[in-house]
Parts: sequence; C-alpha cells; structure tokens
Amino acid sequence: MTKPWLIRTLPWTVTLGSLVLWQLVCVVFSIPTFILPTPIEVIGSLAQYYEPITTHSLQTLVTTLVGFGLAVAFGLVLGLVVGSSRVVYDALYPLMVAFNSIPKVAIVPVLVIWFGIGTVPAILTAFLISFFPIVVNVATGLATIEPELRDVMRSLGARKSQILWKIGIPRAMPYFFASLKVAITLAFVGSIVSETVAANAGIGYLMISASSRFDVPLVFAGLVVIAVLGVVMYELFVLIERRVTFWATRGHELVT
Amino acid sequence: MSSTAPFVVIDQVSLVYGKDGAGTLALQDASLTINRGEFVAVVGPSGCGKSTLLKLVSGLHLPTRGTVHVAGQAVTKPLKICGMAFQNATLLPWRTTLDNVLLPLEIVEPHASEFRRNRDKYVAHAKKLLATVGLAGFEDKYPWQLSGGMQQRSSLCRALIHDPDLLLLDEPFGALDAFTREDLWSILQTLWLEKRPTVILVTHDLREAVYLADTVYVISARPGRVVSRTTIDLPRPRTLEDTFKPEFMEMAHALRDQISHVRNTQ
Ligand SMILES: Nc1ncnc2c1ncn2[C@@H]1O[C@H](COP(=O)(O)OP(=O)(O)O)[C@@H](O)[C@H]1O
Ligand SMILES: [Mg+2]
Repeated sequence: MTKPWLIRTLPWTVTLGSLVLWQLVCVVFSIPTFILPTPIEVIGSLAQYYEPITTHSLQTLVTTLVGFGLAVAFGLVLGLVVGSSRVVYDALYPLMVAFNSIPKVAIVPVLVIWFGIGTVPAILTAFLISFFPIVVNVATGLATIEPELRDVMRSLGARKSQILWKIGIPRAMPYFFASLKVAITLAFVGSIVSETVAANAGIGYLMISASSRFDVPLVFAGLVVIAVLGVVMYELFVLIERRVTFWATRGHELVT
Repeated sequence: MSSTAPFVVIDQVSLVYGKDGAGTLALQDASLTINRGEFVAVVGPSGCGKSTLLKLVSGLHLPTRGTVHVAGQAVTKPLKICGMAFQNATLLPWRTTLDNVLLPLEIVEPHASEFRRNRDKYVAHAKKLLATVGLAGFEDKYPWQLSGGMQQRSSLCRALIHDPDLLLLDEPFGALDAFTREDLWSILQTLWLEKRPTVILVTHDLREAVYLADTVYVISARPGRVVSRTTIDLPRPRTLEDTFKPEFMEMAHALRDQISHVRNTQ
C-alpha cells in the first residue's frame, strides 16, 4: 500500500535528496568547481548574479513565448486544414516530414544570414521547432472523428464548416492541449539553442559567455533557471488542459 | 394518412463499394416501398447490406444502379430530414446530455436561425423529451457519466428532437442488456405512436422487429436482396406481454425460418 502523504511528498524528497547527494559527491571526491560546482555554489551564483540572470531570463522567456505563440497560431490553422482535407494532407505530407527531420540547430546559421544576430532568429527557431507537434496532433484529432457522428451531422444537412466547428474542433482540443505541453518545452530548446549560437542576450547567451570565462557555477545557475522556467510552463499548460478538456479524461485526472 | 403515394421508394438498387465497380457488391437489385408513417424493420444476416440500405435512403451513399426516391424526390445528396441513431450512442463527450439532444436544432432549419432567440423554448422541449425516455434529472450530466442504456436513450432523443420525417435506426439496441432493450422498445413505440415518423429500423432481433414494426423485410446474405416482406398486423400499442402470445411467436418463428433459409442457400 502506498500512502497518500508519501506520494505527495515523494517528489520533493527525491529532489532534495539528489541535491544533498550532489553536494556530498563534490565534497567527498573534492571535485574542482570548474568541473562540477556544488549546489551551494550554484545557489550562491544565482544570488550574486541575480540581476543579469533576471534580465536574461526575461529575454529568453519573451523570445520563447513569442515563438511559441506563433507556433500555436500557425500550427492550429495548418492542423485544421491538413486534418480536414485529404488532398491537402497528401500534398503537404512529404514536405512536412522532410522539414521535421531537419535538426533545427542547422537552421540557425541560415536565419542569422537572413536576420542577423539577435532576437529574431531565436524567436524563429523556437517557432520552427515547436509547431510540428501541434500540427500533427490537431490533424489527428480531426481525422479520427467517428464516421457515424459525421453521418448524423450530414443527414441533418450540416455544412462542412458546421461539422468542423461543432465536432471537429472540440474533438481536436484534447490533442491540441496535449501537444502544447510538448511544444512549450521544445520552444525553450529552440530559443536557447539559438541564443547560444547567435545572440547577445538571453539565458543561452549568458551561459555561453560564462562558460568562456570558466564561470562554471553561473553556467549551472543558467541550467537551473531553464529547468525552472520549463517546469512552470509545462505545469501551466497541464492546468489549462485539465480545465478545458476535462471531458476527455472522463472527469478523472490523467497520469502524465 | 394524408397522401397515398409511398414516402420512400427504393427501386432496383445495387451498390458496389470500392472504385470502378471492382469492390464489394453490398446490395443487389433491392426494391422496397415504404408509406409515410410506416414503421419498417429490416432483418438479415450480418454483412448483408442493412447499414448500406440506410445510407442509401439517407443519401449518404448514392446507388451504383437503380434509384431512391424520398417524398417524391430523387435522392442525389444527403437528405436534411433524417434522424439517426446507431449501435453506439455517438454522443459528444464535451456536451451535457441536454446540449447533446439540442445539437440537431442548431443545424436544422427553421430551428437553427431561431435557436439563440428561442433557446428557452427548445430547452423546455428537450427536457420534456428526455423526461419521456426516463432521463429527467440527468440533463446536466455528461454522456460518460451515464450508463449504456441511458446514453442510448439520449441518442434516441437527439434523433427525434427536430421531429424528423424519417427516422433511421441502425441496431440501436444491439449493445444493451435484454431488460434495458425491452424498456427501450416500449419507449420507442410510445414516441412513434405520438409523432408517427416514418421509421426504418435495422435489427438482428426478431422479437424486436415483430414487436415494433408494421412491416418486416428480410434481406439475403451478401449481395443483399429483399427476399420477403411480412406485414405485422397486431394491434397497437403492443405490450411486452404480447411478445409471448402464440400469434406473436408464430410470426417471429416464420421470420426465423426465412432467415435460416437465406443463410443456408448462400
Ligand atoms: N465503406 C465501405 N467500404 C467497403 N466495403 C464496405 C463499406 N461498408 C460496408 N462494406 C461492405 O459491404 C457489406 C455490407 O455492409 P453493411 O451494410 O455494413 O452490412 P450490415 O449492416 O448488414 O451488417 C459488407 O460486406 C461490408 O464489408
Ligand atoms: Mg450494420
């Protein structure tokens, strides 16, 4: 029997335990700071560079959210089009798969040539890397409408747009929100990758410049910030998902 | 009956699934006529083309050969006057039972244009209908909070809410337990006696067919043809008690013999 309080406190205990273990390993094996700083040193660095870290994090957050926002708008529309038309699906399929298999890091240099170093390539990388799962999920949601339901609607004289609006879109919502959780995480990857290669602001840039100064605790502080931002955003979308598409899990919460 | 011309005329209809006529011949030279307000049951071995027949009548499929006329008009596109229910209830899980039942009114004219303005009137109508099928008090529940029988009741309400001239039921009680099924027979009979829509009920349950229908058609195994037409002239309303009386049993048995005959000659 697993007790409820145990389940609730376990994530915290495990996290704390890992930190303690990390600290112990560093101390016991006297690992030098420039290889692996201790958690305490990382926290110290977070406190010391509080201001630049905040500025750069905000930069990364805004970049990510703008790219993600574009991906949501574009992905939703493209997903609806692809999912409701067999012809469009067949026409776009090879192109989409080909595009998706390109590692997005490889696109950054191209973006830099077109837009120069800075925020724009980061936003675009975040966008490019995160829109694909949204398209695929929305299209899947639409394509899997029960045929009988379609028959019911058509025999009432429903137009295609009515079927899309009353059945297709609500039906695709759980798929859409599930993809948002994946997409927001990917958007962070995109913006940070671009910042480490071609930017002069953002957490990625901060980490690269810290690393060139061998300020390893600051590099790790950057990692911590990224992790925290990622978790917060992910949880935010889990929350939204639960409120909007509770019916998809039949009122029970999904184990994610 | 207001008019003597048949409401549904299916004339020498064949349907081949698949392209270039190379696919499955699902229905072959099927002919039947149905009067306005008639309750028809269609029985036959599974895969014989019963669902296909419903799709042809509703215009969801067009025949490969032959013609279908409904209300004097050749069917060339999906009709707009049908109510449909299937073996699975196909309710929308994001809508409450009430909103599921209201769905057709948001689509079918003249209701659709008045729906916003007269929502209260329609809600009252839907609630009354839900109450007749024993679902009073469940209006705000979601379909996944209802039992299979209750879902099927809601599905029937959705099929009937806009008073369709033509009700197409494809094994609607097939997945229910015997008691729930018999409950729903009586409910369907009551609803039908009230509004007298033309009904085509596909079923594999002969007691169900005899209990509910005015006319029972037997279709042969694939490719489906209409092999017999039986008039059930038992008085209405029929009760579940009636289903155990000798004349009822006789009719059910006669149908049973016809079906085993068409299966064996295949
Ligand atoms: N969309 C379809 N495409 C190809 N074949 C089909 C399709 N729908 C039905 N069939 C075939 O047509 C025949 C009749 O099907 P159906 O009308 O569903 O039978 P029933 O409802 O009597 O069980 C079956 O052999 C089935 O496999
Ligand atoms: Mg069938």
